[in-house]
Amino acid sequence: MAQPLVKKDDDRDEEVEYSPFFGIEKGAVLQEARVFNDPQLDPQRCSQVITKLLYLLNQGEAFTKVEATEVFFSVTKLFQSKDLGLRRMVYVMIKELSPSADEVIMVTSSLMKDMTSKTDMYRANAIRVLCRITDGTLLTQIERYLKQAIVDKNPVVSSAALVSGIHLLQTNPEIVKRWSNEVQEAVQSRAALVQFHALALLHQIRQNDRLAVNKLVSSLTRGSVRSPLAQCLLIRYTSQVIRESANNTQTGDRPFYDFLEGCLRHKAEMVIFEAARAITELNGVTSRELTPAITVLQLFLSSSKPVLRFAAVRTLNKVAMTHPTAVTNCNIDMESLISDQNRSIATLAITTLLKTGNESSVDRLMKQITNFMSDIADEFKIVVVEAIRSLCLKFPLKHRSLMNFLSNILREEGGFEYKKAIVDSIVILIRDIPEAKETGLLHLCEFIEDCEFTYLSTQILHFLGIEGPKTSDPSKYIRYIYNRVHLENATVRAGAVSTLAKFGAMVDGLKPRIFVLLRRCLFDTDDEVRDRATLYLNTLGGDGAVVETGADVKEFLFGSLDIPLVNLENSLKNYEPSEKPFDINFVPKEVKTQPLAEKKAPGKKPTGLGAPPPGPPSTVDAYEKLLSSIPEFSNFGKLFKSSAPVELTEAETEYAVNVVKHIFDSHVVFQYNCTNTIPEQLLENVTVLVDGSEAEEFSEVASKPLRSLPYDSPGQTFVAFEKPEGVPAVGKFSNMLRFIVKEVDPSTGEAEDDGVEDEYQLEDLEVVAADYILKVGVSNFRNAWESMGADFERVDEYGLGPRDSLAEAVNAVIDLLGMQPCEGTEVVSPNSRSHTCLLSGVYIGNVKVLVRLQFGLDGPKDVAMKLAVRSEDETVSDAIHEIVASG
Amino acid sequence: MFEQWIENAANFHKRRSGFQKGSVFNPTGYSQEVPPNRNPIVSEKILPSEKKKMDLCPLVKNILLLDSEGKRVAVKYYSDDWPTNSAKEAFEKAVFTKTQKTSARNEAEITMFDNYVVVYKFVQDLHFFVTGGENENEIILASVLQGFFDAVGLILRGSVDKREVLENLDLIFLCLDEIVDGGIVLETDADVIAGKVASHSMDDGAPFSEQTITQALATARERLTRSLLT
Repeated sequence: MAQPLVKKDDDRDEEVEYSPFFGIEKGAVLQEARVFNDPQLDPQRCSQVITKLLYLLNQGEAFTKVEATEVFFSVTKLFQSKDLGLRRMVYVMIKELSPSADEVIMVTSSLMKDMTSKTDMYRANAIRVLCRITDGTLLTQIERYLKQAIVDKNPVVSSAALVSGIHLLQTNPEIVKRWSNEVQEAVQSRAALVQFHALALLHQIRQNDRLAVNKLVSSLTRGSVRSPLAQCLLIRYTSQVIRESANNTQTGDRPFYDFLEGCLRHKAEMVIFEAARAITELNGVTSRELTPAITVLQLFLSSSKPVLRFAAVRTLNKVAMTHPTAVTNCNIDMESLISDQNRSIATLAITTLLKTGNESSVDRLMKQITNFMSDIADEFKIVVVEAIRSLCLKFPLKHRSLMNFLSNILREEGGFEYKKAIVDSIVILIRDIPEAKETGLLHLCEFIEDCEFTYLSTQILHFLGIEGPKTSDPSKYIRYIYNRVHLENATVRAGAVSTLAKFGAMVDGLKPRIFVLLRRCLFDTDDEVRDRATLYLNTLGGDGAVVETGADVKEFLFGSLDIPLVNLENSLKNYEPSEKPFDINFVPKEVKTQPLAEKKAPGKKPTGLGAPPPGPPSTVDAYEKLLSSIPEFSNFGKLFKSSAPVELTEAETEYAVNVVKHIFDSHVVFQYNCTNTIPEQLLENVTVLVDGSEAEEFSEVASKPLRSLPYDSPGQTFVAFEKPEGVPAVGKFSNMLRFIVKEVDPSTGEAEDDGVEDEYQLEDLEVVAADYILKVGVSNFRNAWESMGADFERVDEYGLGPRDSLAEAVNAVIDLLGMQPCEGTEVVSPNSRSHTCLLSGVYIGNVKVLVRLQFGLDGPKDVAMKLAVRSEDETVSDAIHEIVASG
Repeated sequence: MFEQWIENAANFHKRRSGFQKGSVFNPTGYSQEVPPNRNPIVSEKILPSEKKKMDLCPLVKNILLLDSEGKRVAVKYYSDDWPTNSAKEAFEKAVFTKTQKTSARNEAEITMFDNYVVVYKFVQDLHFFVTGGENENEIILASVLQGFFDAVGLILRGSVDKREVLENLDLIFLCLDEIVDGGIVLETDADVIAGKVASHSMDDGAPFSEQTITQALATARERLTRSLLT
């Protein structure tokens, strides 16, 4: 066995922690690495030095480029040694150093020699190293050996080639795809792991060919796959096939279900679990199909292995969201898991029970949870709080005991996130369960009496200002609010002043008393607090006379701002002090998603206190500036909306063109963003010829050509159309790029004098109804909906025909309308049969529009939709229906 | 795209009866659906699109071997989720503190945080961890952990502690190299892993024959104790 690397006798005797790497230092080790260059190599010593280098790398020590190169070159010398152990360390070292392309050349020949060696260990490892560091050009040279290696009789060699193939497929798919025959042969291998790796590679080679995947799965599910890992893979592929073929089967039988069920009786636990999980995740799984899977998972619940218990309870927890009744059989096992040593398991068990529990078991469950809460970490408590919130929404009659529970835990110790989760839950319960309102508000009031978190205090104060005045006895909250003015920091004090003013504005009976309190706030030490108090006193008529507060004053003070805050911030930053006052009406209202940045994962939902989603930075400003700088377009008025760029060319064509549609009140401007991807060409006088014969209401008024378009530097050309004012005219335009092309000498970069006129066909462009609607979110849809009133409400129902899924139908309608989904309702939970989606927007002419969509599955695939529109204008409500009807 | 549904009474009744009871037309007009849970344990995060190609293959994100103070002994990352050394250290610290108080000496334990599943096992002053994505099959991860754990036991002939590991760190690195390649499981059978690692160290130091006999004996003893224990 390897020797201790550093011998320090005195260290060994001491009781202090001994490490062979004690006092190791990069500089010294790099010095030591010179032994690699010795003419007479000492394999053992070299091995030790490599281990030290690996140790340093592993500890996160950074090597500079020069150091890494130096080490790499000296390591390559070690290929001279025939020592097996040393060679093995060399392989690991080369992989760790991940050399650059010009360095790779140094070791290529040595590795290729090893790849054809008689020693299996050399072959396997050389393949792995070479494939890790190689690029495409070298790959064609070694392809022949790799193909041979795949069918090598030694499973280690074969696996090494297959796994390398899986990695290479990401970078050089066209080469790896040629290996299909060999890989196919390897799938039949007797060695378990080879079969697994071969199956993984074969599937990835064929993944875009649905028919081939189908064939692969159906042949293998009948045959015998030996390796449990390969069997798990096969289960995953099978469920993918089931998912994709779901549309074609009319009969009740699900293809391959028998295979999945058969896997539940496999001897390997990982296969049993994989199959059980696959069954629970089937689209629209029936309870008959679920039962066998639930049964094996139930057995896992009482396993002695924590991993099995965790896996089972986590899966059942998910099932409980969609099929609570199917999981009830496991309730007894679940209850015993509440006392599980592993708190993750216990938490999952609790939340599952909360989902499956019925009304009568709630009280008993709450008792168990109370004991449980004291000994788990905050993050688990949050999970439990959220589960309790859902439970309360499910059984509103139980709100008393659940609300009590929440207020009790609110009083206990806990971090910010935990407290926030509780407060959010109480707020949601107050909103959705009217009977819980008064007790809930009092709980919150008590909480702010002793709350260390400014954020929560201000949010609760804000919420009290909205809900408090509507209660039967608003005066009882005043004391709690006014206490804040005495006891808290400036932020909370300012919040409290606003809340007091809200009570004053909404409840006339309280006005005189509120004014007294507000006047005292005029002596506050903080500017903001005093300013607020002064503002409210003046606008609400605090000069003695108790008058009814006008609706416009209320709207001014407490109405929601219909402008995204980021846009306001940007406009304020851009505002230059001048004679002209800042006009809030010129702030763009669009919540603009950044067109260039890739789409972000769906963000977290605004919860509880109704925080509006943070709008991404606006590009509207940039467009507006650009357009107003062009004299032809300067008299078009205020830009209403700019669309996201629409690609008019395929990816990777000679000229890449996309278009942004700018909508004005009576004009439309198309901004064509062009990129020339040919280095040998210079384009001049670039215009787009637009044929609007299929867009009758539009007439071209101006165009602005692009003088010159050199290689790889994007430029814009514009075309403007006139259209009837305020009318959402739609139409289709065909586009032709016209330009003068000049040859460029790539070496000098100079263009020839003479050019040739040329044209390039672009794809058609459509102006659709959604272009006339701005995505403008509202923070509280329900309030907005109610305050809009039913005067111009239009309700109608539509059949959307067969759809792949509910989610697909929801997205189609959202895209069609081009409106902003509110409160995260664009997300459809899997397997649900119905969904409600809330949208808001501003229609051209600055008319606010709110839309409530209710979707339901009607029959196996048919989606039906009920569309309710409220807006400030009757014609706009009708127009929205028109869009859907003709869409 | 949509055929407008002609509004006539007869049709309306037919259609309406097709809906599930109370599912679509709810009078309050508000979604009764419970807001999706944001908690890490049950959330369903969509996998990043670049991983799409590989997402069906079981993947290991990292294998960690830490000491009883959470310090790195040997670690291997197979994913870009932690691009810098400080990100890696932060993850190790989080994993260590989170699992520190649990007893994972008999059976492998499991936990979940930050959308990762972590299986772990402790022996002496060493903490073994294997991390996978949140949708990974827990039992596959556990088998990787068991393979690593047992292989280290075989390589060190049963005396597994930090000092032994550090003194044979070269073999531990080789061991990690043999278990997972770029996130893909290479081998989970401890005997095979240890065999591959040991075959490389054969030529080290001790005479060939002697080495193999000791090794054979050690392996046999190890196997026997294991079969007796289980």
